[in-house]
Amino acid sequence: MSRGGASHPIVELSLARLREIFREPEALFWAFVFPILMSVAMAMAFPSSSNAPTRVGVRQAAGADSLMAILVESKTITPRLVVAEAEARALRDGDVDIVVVPGTPPTYRYDPARAESRAARLVVDDALKRAAGRTEPWTASDQLVSVPGSRYVDWLLPGLVGMGIVATSVWGIAFSIVQARMRKLLKRMVASPMRRSHYLLAQVLARMLFLLPEVAIPLLFGHYVIGMPMHGSIAALVFVSVAGALSTGGIGLLAASRAKTFEAISGMVNLIMLPMWIASGVFFSASRFPAAVQPFVQALPLTALVDSLRAVILEGASLASIAGELAILAAWGVIPFVIALRIFRWR
Amino acid sequence: MTDRSNGIAFQCTGLVKRYGDVVAVNGLSLAVHRGECFGLLGPNGAGKTTTIEILEGLLAPDAGHVEVLGLRWDRDEHALRQRLGIQLQETQLADKLTVEETLKLFRSFYTRGRDVTDLLRMVELEGKRKSWVSKLSGGQKQRLSVACALAGSPDVLFLDEPTTGLDPQSRRQLWGILNRFRADGGTILLTTHYMDEAEVLCDRVAIVDQGNVIALDAPKTLIASLGEPKVITHHGTLEDVFMALTGRHLREEQ
Repeated sequence: MSRGGASHPIVELSLARLREIFREPEALFWAFVFPILMSVAMAMAFPSSSNAPTRVGVRQAAGADSLMAILVESKTITPRLVVAEAEARALRDGDVDIVVVPGTPPTYRYDPARAESRAARLVVDDALKRAAGRTEPWTASDQLVSVPGSRYVDWLLPGLVGMGIVATSVWGIAFSIVQARMRKLLKRMVASPMRRSHYLLAQVLARMLFLLPEVAIPLLFGHYVIGMPMHGSIAALVFVSVAGALSTGGIGLLAASRAKTFEAISGMVNLIMLPMWIASGVFFSASRFPAAVQPFVQALPLTALVDSLRAVILEGASLASIAGELAILAAWGVIPFVIALRIFRWR
Repeated sequence: MTDRSNGIAFQCTGLVKRYGDVVAVNGLSLAVHRGECFGLLGPNGAGKTTTIEILEGLLAPDAGHVEVLGLRWDRDEHALRQRLGIQLQETQLADKLTVEETLKLFRSFYTRGRDVTDLLRMVELEGKRKSWVSKLSGGQKQRLSVACALAGSPDVLFLDEPTTGLDPQSRRQLWGILNRFRADGGTILLTTHYMDEAEVLCDRVAIVDQGNVIALDAPKTLIASLGEPKVITHHGTLEDVFMALTGRHLREEQ
């Protein structure tokens, strides 16, 4: 069919959307640069814990010097003197994991809620007792094993990629639609013979094309620069990413189906995104939430996506083994999409 | 062009549209012939935009009957849209697409019509082909908007205040484009609140006030109906017609 130099409407609509994205520098920053900056920052802030020394504060008081001398001997402890008034602050900020108050016997001050502090107590106690002449019944031999992918940053990066996929799907699709509606461009297009299904399909299609660099850039960076392992197949990774983007694209469509202002859509999208940011286990494991809220946490699309990405990237999981997560994503893809089509405001 | 409906391009009878308690259109009827340029003239809030949007199939009337090119909106929407060119009052085209990309997009919706290059030439935007829409002047944007409406070589062109806010030169440039469209046999319905525009472009005008037609004829006939000009130096205009009919100015600020 001749279209006077133009391609099929779905192609033209998708191209128009892609051009708009790539001509918007802010969108590129959030999609490509942000996950990399975030990973680098996280890698620096949370270095691999194996060689991190135990930071111990010794209260400046009589006997402190001999304690310092004992603790310095131990290779895994970095002791420092602290004055009594600064102790609480040093503990709170994590400058020291534990404070030792000289005395016979000494007193340990630490917060039992912090895992580092509980570990520090064992390390310090062991060092001091040994110095006091404790005899060891036996000495175990340590076999040090470094499991690739066990670093926090390896675990975090797939989470950030998942969060990026969801954020771009929801924000990207919702904003472009609301903007077109506000500019009366949607109404103008509906006044032409454009098929409405073509418009919506193109939104999703353009989003899918954008997905490739959006997932590939941070993961390639993670693999080749940070050393994140990549155990899964590329096909599984692509499948999971596409499922995540399609699934949350429906949510973006639903969010934008009625909104007429940026204020309305911003509120709506924040309402959708915020629970997922907090609960979906991007920054810390979602399993930390109590059992009572687990059904809710597990039902979130971002939880399903992040779990799937980690399973594929870090464990080399097959698609069959993450079928449950994929089913959740499918449900999120279909239900909001169907509702959105019914209530969509074209004017 | 075949005449399937006795030379009528489109017509409506007894249109009513209410928004809550406000009656925007109140029993309005019109019939516009093929090849005609017809103007809807009236102050803001008279019901011009509501009327044109009902004719464009974008609004459903509360009562009344609409027929365009012998077809009806409820039955033949897609076929009808292929044959109409529509330019809306407030549309802002995408800022970050170029002129050519925008035209290609709209051209892709139509199964027939001119080449994008021809369209660019018609609206004198060949030199702006690669410019972003955001870089265009008001007149250039409006010409692009009309080019999008012309993309499917429409039989009927609906234009809602096409020259509002444009400088005199840009207005004349747009008039030229519309006159060429008519010379090729096209039918135009336009709304305006510029008297001179209606006098220059339109074969007939309907003066609309409070949702209904209060006068309908050729601009010259309407002006002549005023009788002798009251002041020798003053040439009768449609403004005078409106004032004589309503006792108010056409562009009175509300």
